[in-house]
Amino acid sequence: MSNSDNNPKRVLIVGATSGIARAVAHRLAQRGYALVLAARDAEAIDRDAADLRVRYSVEVETRAFDALDFDCHASLVDGLDLCAAVVCHGIMLSNEDAAADIHEHRRMIDINYTSYASVLEVLASYFEARGEGVIAAISSVAGDRGRPSNYCYGATKAAVSAYLSGLRGRLRPRGVAVLTIKPGPTDTPMTHGLKAKGPTAPPEVVARQIVKDIEKRRAICYTPRKWWPIMTIIRAIPEWLFKRTSL
Amino acid sequence: MTPTKPQPDTAPRADEQSLAGWGLEPRVDCAVYRPGSAAELRHLIEHADGPSTLISRGLGRSYGDPATNPDGVVLHTAMDRFLVFDDATGVVTAEAGVSFADLIDALLPRGWFPAVTPGTKFVTLGGAVAADVHGKNHHRDGSFNTCVHAFDLLTPTGQRLTCSRDENANVFWATLGGMGLTGFILTVTLQMLRVTSSRIDVETTRVGSLDAMLEHFANTDDDHRYSVSWIDCLARGAKLGRGVVMQGTHAEGNGGSDLAPAKRRAKSVPFHFPKQALNALSVKAFNAAYYARHGSSRHAEGFDPFFYPLDAVLHWNRVYGKRGFVQYQPVFPEADGAAGVRAVIEKLSAAKRSSFLAVLKRMGGQEVGPLGFPMAGLTLAVDMPRSSGLRGFLHELDAIVLDHGGRVYLAKDAEMTAETFAAMYPRLDAFKQVQRQLDPEGRMASTQARRLGIVGQR
Repeated sequence: MSNSDNNPKRVLIVGATSGIARAVAHRLAQRGYALVLAARDAEAIDRDAADLRVRYSVEVETRAFDALDFDCHASLVDGLDLCAAVVCHGIMLSNEDAAADIHEHRRMIDINYTSYASVLEVLASYFEARGEGVIAAISSVAGDRGRPSNYCYGATKAAVSAYLSGLRGRLRPRGVAVLTIKPGPTDTPMTHGLKAKGPTAPPEVVARQIVKDIEKRRAICYTPRKWWPIMTIIRAIPEWLFKRTSL
Repeated sequence: MTPTKPQPDTAPRADEQSLAGWGLEPRVDCAVYRPGSAAELRHLIEHADGPSTLISRGLGRSYGDPATNPDGVVLHTAMDRFLVFDDATGVVTAEAGVSFADLIDALLPRGWFPAVTPGTKFVTLGGAVAADVHGKNHHRDGSFNTCVHAFDLLTPTGQRLTCSRDENANVFWATLGGMGLTGFILTVTLQMLRVTSSRIDVETTRVGSLDAMLEHFANTDDDHRYSVSWIDCLARGAKLGRGVVMQGTHAEGNGGSDLAPAKRRAKSVPFHFPKQALNALSVKAFNAAYYARHGSSRHAEGFDPFFYPLDAVLHWNRVYGKRGFVQYQPVFPEADGAAGVRAVIEKLSAAKRSSFLAVLKRMGGQEVGPLGFPMAGLTLAVDMPRSSGLRGFLHELDAIVLDHGGRVYLAKDAEMTAETFAAMYPRLDAFKQVQRQLDPEGRMASTQARRLGIVGQR
């Protein structure tokens, strides 16, 4: 995937008000892509769209998207001419909050996984029909292994990773690439104020890697890159040993 | 990832951080909030479990303690969107977290430069309003307020006010220079300056004494949009006040490729220098070398080295060591300016409080708010590393400044007493009156405002 000034390629960003999505939008606009921002908070995406137009002189349009309004998903890509879509929405509940309220817990599962299943099928049909394109979606390093500290959130992301892995195989013969994005802890509103075990990565750094991997049609994007060796080791730890850790 | 809108029942989440100003001292443990929108900020103010008091913070370039507060700090860095830009007029509206670096990156390629810029581009528009910052063109164009058409303020009671010279004028003026105590600046609308090149035509002139420097200012300042001088604070006797005057004007260019900024790779000071690194001897050597190297010349240079020489070195504040430093900046009225500057330099020189950076410039007499710093006259800025006895020494300098009818810049201040402050800012009561009306419950506070008695103690 590459871009020229005369006929800019267009990327859809779903859940465009999230911290990583905003950084991805900046990076794409900086590289000359036209954008379609979809999110629930219309005021917020209008502000972001204005910002991107002024900063980068690119075309930006907005549309309404609500992860939990499943009926609206089918029309998400109506009338759009896209080269790629990035799905970014999500929430994170602590294990304690999830355990305390099944309705909140289920809401997280629906936002983080059920709506991904729904939106990814819409995108799959759209790009399959075009015979080209890239579908990227945000999973997490937390989905690579169920860790005692964050397994409720991690499980929703594990589901997304498995889904994307299967979808990738299905769409590969159709010329469509599927990218599983696995960010490590990132300095976004979602993590602000949480007692992190280590430092969080700036969203700009995370976004740079994501855009690079979309353009290169890669399969898995650990971002920042250091998470690839770390998670490779963590995934290799046998369960009898892993259960004794406190990660 | 985020997006759930704040639910009315969820308490805003703070990050506990140890914060300081650019001078690294004092360091304060603060509850830091980072709202992404005015709605989230209002939620923070109004939530029953929210912080008792708050102060805004941008990129943390004020030197002392105006942007710290243990109860609550609102980081504006997630409210950094451009909202409207008119290429025909150069008027831009942006959220307060947008920095001068952002303005330049986005708008210089289209031929627009900030009409007034401070000496670092890592300052937000909100910070520029709150400190009513000035730049090298103050003698001619005045401070930042002269290019501000309007701004939106979220008052401490949650009301959104648009403020300009015509609308809510008393709030407009109290907020310009009001160090964030009137509320939260949400958006700023300002006028940019039309330029055709990213380069500056610079004229440097070496002068051997303070009198010669003032004479040079008087004869040539009106011919240059920008004028500032570096002075050697360690030179004494007849050489006192010797230095290099740097004057500049935007170069004329073709508008297209001439607007591209020269690429500069930022260097960084990776660690705090040991305290022995800077001493009277090393600074004296540096100053002498600097003076010897800069003859009188004319040349063109990029806007970065001209306006923002220290931005090329990230974390340059670490060269003063872990204990940090103070930047002391008084302004003296025209009539008594030379005597005031001389008295301060003599005292610095005698005390051997080393300083690389001493900057002298003429200021104009444009209108400022009740806590505005500039006045027609001379302003001096000197760096002093923190060492024992510094507070007492600064208080002695404060006495000299007061004695000559001057005042100290609140964006640099870290140690002034409430009494000195009240004497230097005779319009303090007018400020307090507006501030109390906007903030009847006392929700705004910073470490500085408490020290200076602008707001009550905790």
